[in-house]
Amino acid sequence: MRTPPFILLGAVIAALVFAGARLVGNDYVFFAGYTVLQFVVLATAWNILGGYTGYVNFGTAAFFALGAYSSVFFHKFYPLPIPVLVAIGAAVAGLVGLGTGYLTLRLRGAFFSIATLALAVVLQTLVVNWNYVGGSRGAYVIRPAEDSVLHLPYIQYLFLVMLVLALSAVVIARTIERSKLGYGFATIRDDELAAEASGVPTLKLKLIATVISGALMGMAGAPFPYYIGYLQLASAFALEYAVNAIAMPMIGGTTTWLGPLIGAILLGTLQQIVTVTISSAVNLLIVGVLLVAFVIIAPNGLVGLWQRLFSKR
Amino acid sequence: MAVNLLEVVRLSKRFGGFVALDSIDLAVAPGERVGLIGPNGSGKSTLVDCLCGTLVNETGEVRFDGRDLAGLAAHQRTRLGLARSFQLPRPFASMTVADNLRIPLLYTVNARRKPALTEAEIGERCAELLTVVGLADRARHYPKDLTQVAMRKLELARAMAAEPKLLIADEAMAGLSNSEVNDIVALLIRLNERGITVILIEHIMRAVMNFSQRLVVLVSGRKIADGRPDEVIRDAEVERAYLGQ
Repeated sequence: MRTPPFILLGAVIAALVFAGARLVGNDYVFFAGYTVLQFVVLATAWNILGGYTGYVNFGTAAFFALGAYSSVFFHKFYPLPIPVLVAIGAAVAGLVGLGTGYLTLRLRGAFFSIATLALAVVLQTLVVNWNYVGGSRGAYVIRPAEDSVLHLPYIQYLFLVMLVLALSAVVIARTIERSKLGYGFATIRDDELAAEASGVPTLKLKLIATVISGALMGMAGAPFPYYIGYLQLASAFALEYAVNAIAMPMIGGTTTWLGPLIGAILLGTLQQIVTVTISSAVNLLIVGVLLVAFVIIAPNGLVGLWQRLFSKR
Repeated sequence: MAVNLLEVVRLSKRFGGFVALDSIDLAVAPGERVGLIGPNGSGKSTLVDCLCGTLVNETGEVRFDGRDLAGLAAHQRTRLGLARSFQLPRPFASMTVADNLRIPLLYTVNARRKPALTEAEIGERCAELLTVVGLADRARHYPKDLTQVAMRKLELARAMAAEPKLLIADEAMAGLSNSEVNDIVALLIRLNERGITVILIEHIMRAVMNFSQRLVVLVSGRKIADGRPDEVIRDAEVERAYLGQ
C-alpha cells in the first residue's frame, strides 16, 4: 500500500477508536487508552533506532522526561497549547538525541546501551537539582476542564492528541522502512563494516535514527504532565518506559513497523487490565515473563512467528 | 607519477607494539592487474583495511585518483571508486541477494550520478550483476541459504555494484574448487578488460599467476618484492619467506 492510502486508513481506524471510546462513555477508557497509545509511540520510536539499526537504547525514559519537563518548563513560563508543546518536546529531545548520538554512536553493542542508560541518570540528576521545574518536589500542572479548540473534556482531548501522535509515529516508521533510509538502517544492523564498504554513511544514518527516535519519544512525553497532573521524577524517569519500549518491539517483532504497534497494544492493554484487576506492581513482572518467553519461543516476535508459520519461502 | 591510480607512500600501521605494516610503498597504474601475496599474518588484509579506511594508518600517505585519502571515512572512499570485497563474506543477512546489491547502487552509484538511477534501472542492474556472477537464480534467496561459493560471488558482485575504478578482492577464492577458481579469475579478468583496475589478494598461486601482470609480496609487514610474477616467485627472499631456509 502506498503512503497516502495508508495514512487515510490509519486516520479512519483512529477515528473509529476515538468514536468507540466515546461510545463507552467512561472516562477511564480514555485514561487507560492514553497510556496504551503513549506506549505505541514510545515502542515505535525505540524501534527506529533499536530495531532498524540494531542500537539498543536504554534511555527511553530520558527522552520521554525531556518532553515532559520541557512542557512543565513552558507551562510555568507561559501556557501554550498542547500541539505546540509537543513540537517543543520533539525539538528538545531530538537535539539531545543528536548530541548524545554524536558522543556515543562510535560505541557499539552493550557500550552504546550503557551510555544511553547514563544519559537517563545524568538528566535525572539535573532535574532533581533544578528548582524551577520542581526539583525533587515534583511539579503540579493543573489540567483545564476542557480544551479551547474542540471543547472536549480534557482527558478526551489528550487521548486524541496521543492518537494523532501514535498514527504519525507509525506512518513515519513505515515510511522510513520502505525508503532508501530504511535500507541503510538495515545494513547498519546487519554489518556496519560492509555497510561502509558499500558507501553507506553509517555515522550520519545512526545520528538520523537517534534524532527521529528521540524526537518521537519527546513528543510522547510532552502531554504527560497534563495527563498526570503532578509530575514527579519517579514517574517521568520510570524504569517501565525503558523496559516497555524494549519489550514491546521485541514481543511484536523489531524489523517492521507493525511489530512495535502490535506489541504495544497487546502488552499495554494487558498491563492496564492487570493494574485494575490484580495489582499495579505485577506489571513489570508480566513484562519480564513475556520477554523471556518470547526470546525462547519467538525470537523474531509475533511478526516473525507469523512469517515463519504462514509464508513458506 | 600522477598517472598512477593508487599510490601508497611509506604507509605504516602498528597495533600497540606490533608493527603490522612497515613503511609500505606501492603504486598501481590504471587498468593494471596486481596480485598481492604473502604468508598468513603478513599484513595483506591490514593494508586493504588502511587503503579502504576501515583502519587508520598512523603514518604514510594513500593517494587515489590524484586525491589524498587521509581523514576520509570508508564510505567516502567507496564513493570515490575504491571498492573491496571482504576476506570472510559479510553479506547483509536480513536482505535478499538482490537487495544486497541494491545498497551500493543506492548509496554509492546514486551518490555519484545525476540524475539518480530509477527503481527500474536499479532492478535491471541488480539482475545484470547477478547474471554476470552466476547467481541469477538466487536473487530472491537470503544469504543464509547460499553456499560458501555463492556467498563469495555475492561479495564480489556487491563490490562490483559500486562501479569501482579499483577493485580489491581479498581472498575471494579461498575454499573454492579448481573450476570455481577458474570462473572467478575469468570474471575478474573480464572486469579488468572493462577498465577496472584490480588488486587480487590470494593464496592460491595458480590463480594469482594466471591473473596478475605484476606481483607484490608482503612478509611481516614489509614489502619484499614487486615485479613481474615469474621473476618475483624466483626471488630468493620470496622463496625463503614461503619455504623457509
